[in-house]
Amino acid sequence: MSKVVVPLTELTERLEGRIVELRGGFGFQRKVRVMGFREGKKIRVISVQPAGGPLTIEIGGSRITIGRGMAQRIFVEVEQ
Amino acid sequence: MKKIILMGNPNVGKSVIFSRLTGANVIASNYPGTTVDFSKGSMRLEGEKYEIIDAPGTYSLTPSNKAEQVALKLFEEGDIIINVVNATNLERNLYLTLEILEKKKPTIIALNLWDEAKHTGINIDVEKLEKILGIPIVPTTALTGEGIKELISRIKEARASRIKPSSEKEKWIKIGKIIKSVEKVEHRHHTIKETISDATIKPVTGIPLAFVIIIASFWIVRFIGETLVNYIFDPIFQIYKPIALQISHLLGPGVLHDIIIGRLVNGDISFMESMGLLTTGIYVPFAAVLPYIIAFYLILSILEDSGYLPRLATLVDNVFHKLGMHGHSIVTVFLGLGCNVPGALSTRILETRKQRFISATLLAISVPCMAQTAMVFGILGRYGFQYILIVFLTLLTLYLLMGLLLNRIIKGESPEIFLEIPPYRRPSALATLKKTWMRMRWFLKDAIPWLFLGVVLVNVLYSLGFIDWIGNLFAPVIEGVLGLSRGATTALLVGFLRKDLAVGMLLPLNMTPYQLVIAATILTIYFPCVATFTVLLRELGLKDMIKSTLIMVLTALTVGGILRLILIGL
Repeated sequence: MSKVVVPLTELTERLEGRIVELRGGFGFQRKVRVMGFREGKKIRVISVQPAGGPLTIEIGGSRITIGRGMAQRIFVEVEQ
Repeated sequence: MKKIILMGNPNVGKSVIFSRLTGANVIASNYPGTTVDFSKGSMRLEGEKYEIIDAPGTYSLTPSNKAEQVALKLFEEGDIIINVVNATNLERNLYLTLEILEKKKPTIIALNLWDEAKHTGINIDVEKLEKILGIPIVPTTALTGEGIKELISRIKEARASRIKPSSEKEKWIKIGKIIKSVEKVEHRHHTIKETISDATIKPVTGIPLAFVIIIASFWIVRFIGETLVNYIFDPIFQIYKPIALQISHLLGPGVLHDIIIGRLVNGDISFMESMGLLTTGIYVPFAAVLPYIIAFYLILSILEDSGYLPRLATLVDNVFHKLGMHGHSIVTVFLGLGCNVPGALSTRILETRKQRFISATLLAISVPCMAQTAMVFGILGRYGFQYILIVFLTLLTLYLLMGLLLNRIIKGESPEIFLEIPPYRRPSALATLKKTWMRMRWFLKDAIPWLFLGVVLVNVLYSLGFIDWIGNLFAPVIEGVLGLSRGATTALLVGFLRKDLAVGMLLPLNMTPYQLVIAATILTIYFPCVATFTVLLRELGLKDMIKSTLIMVLTALTVGGILRLILIGL
């Protein structure tokens, strides 16, 4: 099985990945880190709202709704 | 008096712990210079009295919005810190904990949601964690009260930690090590709670469920409200009426009679129309509006504390984002439907000026508070539900259109939604009742002085002939543009003070249902009541408030003119 790195937005419902990179400035990095988004963490998509709406994901036992623009800057590794 | 500050992430059950620690004497106060409110209470500890403050929830001591700024300021003023930590998510919560411990203040940790952690298979070695952090830690389940006694008895043991200050990166490494040595997570299965949680957030099932929940909530509010009016408040006022009539006889005709009792309608007191301090002045707030305020905030507190609102925010985010805000603004709308004042206060959770401006302006323009809603039902209900529907559909359309427009015009950023979705929890009866009571007091404290002032003002201005003068002055607008009777000017004028009083003044004017629809709609749009205005002024600043007010007046005239053309014709 090979692994690919994609933005979080590419993950479809129920799929799980592992965070490899947070792409953004210092402020962005801190903002998402304190909410539990960190390199190496497992992340799973719970739901995707239609028409460019936000994603709801599960990470470290909690669920978080995150806007699509921010999700695009979080890169995850998934098994193909 | 020494201050104990409760600090912690949002959704960790901080306010439930707060209501367990404090007695009945809890007040909401504003932080000086801001409109961010927090709860304040007191407790006795070995004979000494302490002030307890429930700081707004925050993820770190580096604030990203106004509420978090206040949390930081309160923290700095505290003598003892109770750090409320979510046991089900220790890793993330420890970041704030480490930041707090670095400040070397006497601290104690309440490891809350302990039972939930046990149920989900999370085991935390409390003794080991105590040793590592060097401060007392008490596992608690605030909802059932478990561990609260121990927490209280150990507050005196709170002490400064020996943990050394470190960089952000080092903190995360430290947290990783701590978690490895104190926490064990057993594998667990998907629970029913999670299945329900997923169903309410997935669009396919979540959107229909949201409609059901919202419609059911309003139905329950109406049911509770009507029951309170019919079986408690109206009977009380029926008993009171002969007393008021007696006072009326004693006073005899004159200005004093007009102010205290008001005008008699067919020789009898009409609580809605008489406009006296002891008639309309007390009937409107207590019997016409308060029952619905109680019912509304009770249901809203339950929706809030159960954890449903963040899910609703996720579902509606898409729409709100197009209006320049994000899903969390639904909270402002909901609070505003009760009373616009707490609605305006809630805009502080939004991150940027643009979001706060749009959210507050739209709130003032097209979110009717319970006082107004009750009055709209009161004056239009007798003609049929379709008239009420016109008012509310106009306001909804306006909310969407103005949002689209303001999003284009107002400069600045509107950041995306980024919100924790807590698991569903059973609301605590104690915390719910306290919250409802505090919000009810907001209404009474703000409404009654302005209502009384309004009543006095109307009567004094009538006797001075000012009302006729201003009626003539604004006649071109009121009659010409809006197609209303001249007398409606007075109602609009009084609406600056209290909207519910104003709607009551429209009654004796014998206007047609369509004219009443226009008047009721304009009353909502053109200006917030004085209480909301002062809060918005502090929240937005003078310059933005002037802008916002201009938008309101222009919108009111435009919408009024259009409604007139559609409903009445030229």
